[in-house]
Amino acid sequence: MNTDTFEPVIIGFTCNWCSYRAADLAGTARVKYPPNVRLIRMMCSGRLDPTFVLKAIAGGADGILITGCHPGECHYLEQNYKALRRFQLLRRTLAQMGIRPERLKLVWASAAEGVKLAEEITCFIEEIRALGPLDWPALTGERIPVASGFISAEEGGR
Amino acid sequence: MSTEKTTPPSPETEKIGVYVCHCGSNIAGIVDVQEVAEWAGERLKERGVVVARDYKFMCSSLGQELIEKDIQEKGLTRVVVAACSPHLHENTFRTACGRAGLNPYLCELVSIREQVSWVHTDKDAATTKSKAVVSGGVERVIHHEPLEPLVVPIHPTTLVVGGGIAGIQAALEIADAGFPVILVEREPSIGGHMAQFDKTFPTLDCSACILTPRMVSVGSHPNITLLTWSEVTRVDGYVGNFTVTIRKKPRYINTQLCTGCGICQEKCPKKIIDDVYEAGLSYRKAVYTPFPQAVPKYPVIDRENCIFFQKGTCRACEKFCPTNAIDFSQNEEYMTIEAGNIILATGYDLFDPRRVTQYGYGRLANVFTSLEFERLSNSAGPTNGNIVLRDGVTPPAAVGIIHCVGSRDRNYNNYCSVICCMQGLKFAHLVKERTGATVYNFYIDMRTAYKAYDEFYQRVLEEGTLFVRGKVAEVTDAARLPGEDGKLIIQVEDTLAGIQRRIPVDMVILSSGLEPRHDAKQVAQLFGLSCSADGWYIEKHPKLDPVATMTEGIFIAGCVQGPKDIPSSVSQGAAAAARVLGRIQQEHIALEPIRATVDETKCSGCRICNNLCPFNAILFHADRNVSEVNPALCQGCGTCVAACPAGAISGTGFSNEQILAQIEGLLLLNLTPKYTLAAL
Repeated sequence: MNTDTFEPVIIGFTCNWCSYRAADLAGTARVKYPPNVRLIRMMCSGRLDPTFVLKAIAGGADGILITGCHPGECHYLEQNYKALRRFQLLRRTLAQMGIRPERLKLVWASAAEGVKLAEEITCFIEEIRALGPLDWPALTGERIPVASGFISAEEGGR
Repeated sequence: MSTEKTTPPSPETEKIGVYVCHCGSNIAGIVDVQEVAEWAGERLKERGVVVARDYKFMCSSLGQELIEKDIQEKGLTRVVVAACSPHLHENTFRTACGRAGLNPYLCELVSIREQVSWVHTDKDAATTKSKAVVSGGVERVIHHEPLEPLVVPIHPTTLVVGGGIAGIQAALEIADAGFPVILVEREPSIGGHMAQFDKTFPTLDCSACILTPRMVSVGSHPNITLLTWSEVTRVDGYVGNFTVTIRKKPRYINTQLCTGCGICQEKCPKKIIDDVYEAGLSYRKAVYTPFPQAVPKYPVIDRENCIFFQKGTCRACEKFCPTNAIDFSQNEEYMTIEAGNIILATGYDLFDPRRVTQYGYGRLANVFTSLEFERLSNSAGPTNGNIVLRDGVTPPAAVGIIHCVGSRDRNYNNYCSVICCMQGLKFAHLVKERTGATVYNFYIDMRTAYKAYDEFYQRVLEEGTLFVRGKVAEVTDAARLPGEDGKLIIQVEDTLAGIQRRIPVDMVILSSGLEPRHDAKQVAQLFGLSCSADGWYIEKHPKLDPVATMTEGIFIAGCVQGPKDIPSSVSQGAAAAARVLGRIQQEHIALEPIRATVDETKCSGCRICNNLCPFNAILFHADRNVSEVNPALCQGCGTCVAACPAGAISGTGFSNEQILAQIEGLLLLNLTPKYTLAAL
């Protein structure tokens, strides 16, 4: 694969109270970042089931971004700490699966930090671009060339 | 809540409508919305999409009618709207679905404005991303369940935190409407910053004359419980049903017996510089009321400075009190109150001009802060309203007023503090009127918006106040030129004349900006609110919902939301009250039914979830060996859902099925091979 034209696909998990609002704020302020990230809203980063991350990787995502409220600022008091624990655990798990743990990133972004979130997203996209395509579905199933690498529509999905 | 469904929803059973909004050119300028709609109609047909349309403004009544008509005529069972953020219009489209007979929670709003068209510049990539986002929404909505909102009663009591003019206004509006209010103030008296001012711009009416009657009304209102010298320490619960813990600091005065005669203050031998009310320009006693018109009238004993508390002897106040109201044995008390709504009106702190060292405040005696000047010009202040230098006797012959101290300055705060221009003009007028001194205003831009403000500016211009446009570089006492001896010299670039000026004056007033309270962040955490990068509390919507917050049941009013003048603070206090009154009169409020539930047949009783809940909403039934979520306490964060090893807990509105399906949709795994990303 030609890595010059490699456009990574990144799934980002956001918290309804901070980082999703930060993403909204980045929009309202017309802060620009590359379109490689697709965000999912949850009520809290504590909602992040580790299988969501594995599902996204299995489905062809090249990188996963977890975002939540800053430590001490969780809307639900302390649930972002649980996300932090799962993040650490997931990084270890990914490494054991032969996936570079850098493909998973955790960013704290308050509702006021639209610019910061946009910068972190931009930075992460470049980090993943440097790492190259993950190609995870290709290892397990039929190779179907798509713009972002290889996605197995049959098996990567369900 | 999901009892109606018999078979699990699937693309075969569902009829999904997709609606892509142009938002004028906001979305359509970057995203090819027509292509997105056509793509969804064609490629997502096998995923249950039966109709896909684009429309100029989906949120308009015509746009909403489009959806309603399709629901009724085409029998849609699910709706996906690709438009702005769900924080803006989720409710609009849910309500539209509800009107057409579809359960509102079977509608999903996905954002292609804030998260696509406004942040991306490449049109093709933005269109592709929009398709992915729509696809994610379609997959997610298949797994939506019809839900009913949780209806909870609203406790009629309102807690108002902060007794400045915004809090006073809010409290009076609600109390006058016949509902109970608890007003908490951490200082010994209500009144806030406004009680320190002499005159108010632009009308120059006396601040005390308009404020104190309101303070008295608060103190005597049958519907208002006033808790001064008190602070909120804990907030539990949710909208309609907050439980708030309040710490009452000991006054060491029995308020049942105290008549407010003031003899204790007269007899107290200990004098302390009054840093709060008199801005350090005068003294108070160890037992004191901040000012004569204080509400309540009872004094407090300042334990840190009281000779009895420090040395064990004195008790002068106790000896002389005619009603034996002094009670040294008081301890702090904690009380718990119930409230349905909370209004935060905790105000601002003045920017500390010591930080701008080149202006010499704290080093050069005759450099004053704006608050010091307010006290100096106040007829009830330390100099009885005589505007004099720090020596207490000499009137100034020339006065320089420096605007934007700590505001509109990248070294300190980028924002405009709003009130300083008008405050500087007011000071200029008062100096001119009372001393006849030459007055200079040093400004960057004059900002005199709002009613009668610019007229006041014209008036001050006509009075002969001199205006120099330019940011002051330095205030110094180092005389260099003839006539500068013993003066403060203001070094400034006059940007209109294009020259450097050195202007000798006797007194400098720094029009300090406003800053969030030093503990604003901790208070925000206590109430579960967010602060902006500057530290002001964030309103729900900057234009359409300026007094509500993202936390249901908590409202903000006055300077806690951002710098503002007295009329705006009063308006916000009244606006917050109106919002609360609307709620109270409904008696009930419908909440988002986002809650966790345990499937007892799957629960193994491992209790992993039990300790994860910060709200103690999960109960363990030892007899049945299962856990159960109390929906009244559950806040819907979903942490337990993610943690349950048996998958026994489901999170309404954000279920595993919904999120996993959305991931598939976003990655376009829902498409058959011939329609993969490359074929977009």
